[in-house]
Amino acid sequence: MIDVLIIGSGGAGLTAALSAKEAGASVTIVGKTYPTNSQTSMAQGGMNAALGNVGDDHVSSHIADTIKSAHGLCDEDMVRQMCTDAPKTITWLESLGVPFSRLDNAKSGTQTIAQRQMGGASAKRACYAQDYTGLKILHTLYDTCLKEKIDFLDEHYLLNLITQEKTVKGATFLDIRTGEVKQINAKSVVMATGGYGSLYHGFTTNAYGSTGDGVAAVLRAGGAVSDMEFIQFHPTALKHSCILVSESARGEGGYLVNESGKRFVDELKPRDEVARAIFSQMQEGERVFLDVRHLGEEKLMELLPQEMELCKMHEHVDPVKDLIPIKPVAHYTMGGIEVDHALEVNAIKGCFAVGECSNAKVHGANRLGGNSLLEITAFGKFAGENAYKHTVSASSKPADDTQQQKDAADIETLLSQEANVNFYPYREMLGNLFYEKVGIVRENAQLQEALNEVTSMQVTQKEMGVADKSPTNNQNLIDFLEFQNALILAPTIISAAIARDESRGAHYKVGFESENETLKKHIVLQWKKEETCK
Amino acid sequence: MQIKILRSETGTHQLYTLPAGEIPLLNALTYIKETQDATLTFAAGCRASVCGTCAVRVNGREELACAYKVKPGDIIEPLQYHPVLRDLKVDKHKAKETLSKSTAWLHTSQEASLTHADEKLSETQTDCILCDSCYSACPVYAVNPDFLGPFALTRAYRYSSDKREGSVKNIIDNIQSNGVWDCTLCGECTAVCPKGIDPKMDITMLRGISVQEGYDDPSFATQSFGTPDFGGGGFGFDPNAGF
Repeated sequence: MIDVLIIGSGGAGLTAALSAKEAGASVTIVGKTYPTNSQTSMAQGGMNAALGNVGDDHVSSHIADTIKSAHGLCDEDMVRQMCTDAPKTITWLESLGVPFSRLDNAKSGTQTIAQRQMGGASAKRACYAQDYTGLKILHTLYDTCLKEKIDFLDEHYLLNLITQEKTVKGATFLDIRTGEVKQINAKSVVMATGGYGSLYHGFTTNAYGSTGDGVAAVLRAGGAVSDMEFIQFHPTALKHSCILVSESARGEGGYLVNESGKRFVDELKPRDEVARAIFSQMQEGERVFLDVRHLGEEKLMELLPQEMELCKMHEHVDPVKDLIPIKPVAHYTMGGIEVDHALEVNAIKGCFAVGECSNAKVHGANRLGGNSLLEITAFGKFAGENAYKHTVSASSKPADDTQQQKDAADIETLLSQEANVNFYPYREMLGNLFYEKVGIVRENAQLQEALNEVTSMQVTQKEMGVADKSPTNNQNLIDFLEFQNALILAPTIISAAIARDESRGAHYKVGFESENETLKKHIVLQWKKEETCK
Repeated sequence: MQIKILRSETGTHQLYTLPAGEIPLLNALTYIKETQDATLTFAAGCRASVCGTCAVRVNGREELACAYKVKPGDIIEPLQYHPVLRDLKVDKHKAKETLSKSTAWLHTSQEASLTHADEKLSETQTDCILCDSCYSACPVYAVNPDFLGPFALTRAYRYSSDKREGSVKNIIDNIQSNGVWDCTLCGECTAVCPKGIDPKMDITMLRGISVQEGYDDPSFATQSFGTPDFGGGGFGFDPNAGF
């Protein structure tokens, strides 16, 4: 039995593993791909820390900006902890060798790290590495994990958490290569499985794999989820491919313009407001563009090299000379697994959740750009430490193989039964449905329609299955398991959105356009006991 | 438009038909899987050239499927020198091991005064997404499967040139065997890198640092022994070393 099982090998998982190991735990990181394939690689703009390297800044301003953007739905203690931990987290990343962009100021250590403006921030606070910040942090964490000889199990897909008496005992996984269903026993588990933005299939900046597997597994195991209705739409994704153009493009001075070349919003407002402003232009039939031409080629190549390349490749525009066609698409899920102040999952002892899968209540109704890389590292460390602490008093008696047997039987059934309906078109339909009816601007009638459609899709799901019957390396099977998770999460998002008859942060509802003080609370959802695995 | 994809089960190229028009290869593969053949297996992630998951070979050349635009008649095959797990999906563990063997990380961290110029020193090297394209293109693997390979050496160079590294020699010690001297400097890795990284140059630089640290080119010294027209092609080569 290992001490700490980390599920998910992105930035949050790698950080949690390093801190649990440093505390003295035996650690294994299990992921459905390879560690460096994770969503963290796609974070571009930066990581917030009030270092004050470029103009005045203070931790209290960082806290205030974060609370303001959260629109009353954050836990101020958690925000305070994250923002206060930010400078020392940067110091830690600096000591691992993260290649941050630098200033020429004749100083040393973290004081030389360049910082840029992001939306909703009262100072230049985001530490960055060109527009590859997530990639470079992720790879440096990975190199450090190899240095510390952390054990990895790659290409293992999470099936279910194993719990006994509301305490976690490990988890079951499908070894994607061999098709074997495995049980891993552990004293503590850290969920670091990422968000559920890929529910908006075809309308998201997220990688294919951001399907909320961990969030769904927690629901099945009897845990709770909260704030599921708060989905952040990033204002600037490339119009045709939905590929992200970093907020730093606006932070560095880029404009948003409509067809007649007019600016229509303060580009540096928080993402929810900018996304809605773009959406309303589009409703009026206007096409919307990002204009960075005035920044000049040298500055663009220096600050946004990745964006330059992606615009040329996927949109056939040269940002130096052309307007960049954009639209807002789903980008980040603020809600997720309901956790307490120690990041321990509500109703599952010994199970912790960190990163986008977790609702640590630091982002509230709208996340600030630059706070997610901070969350995964600052709280990744915290989750690893707390997971280790739990192992000290945890029972080392492993669970029996009931869950494993059940999951193995389920997989066998999927591989043997006839699939009458191809699920791939439904995955696309679900994405369309969510973008149109559970999107940037919501209406109760549309939400109700969406809920009905999801319910009927859940019925049809019984006719769906996998056409590929191979027991080994079956990506068709994984795609289907991910789609099943999407169908578990979809109603939680819609029903919470229906219940929230107000507009707050990223949740905006026609007919209820202002904040309602009585709804200044988290909507927490949990399955009835008979519906869970137990 | 038709393309051919090497299927692992049959060992033959299977013909697939796509609608006309510009389409990234990854979208084409997804289209085939969703509508024609659910058994076609490939790996995919971010769609934006940054997660390193989807590298394949197109007409014998390494490409990221998400960044390559399909042309009629293209032949799609898995990466070379990696065990094929199924169709275009390969096992990347061997390449991953080379990072550990190269000890490509910060060994002893020291505070440094870094500047914009220092950032530039490793900016391109740290754009690496570990897609394994360079391993697939590297001809050394045809003769030496234990070669540390381009990306691990680029990463070793990136850390060894970092002013925060207090023990450069530790890294250099670990890239001698099956490392910097086994490279033929053919530049295939540089030609295929989707992020514009130049491992050939990084390996050349590592040879220079190795010489400074007291190492020399074992094969070169032996091969050049007694040749009258020796021209001194090795970086920092000392003709008297080892005699």
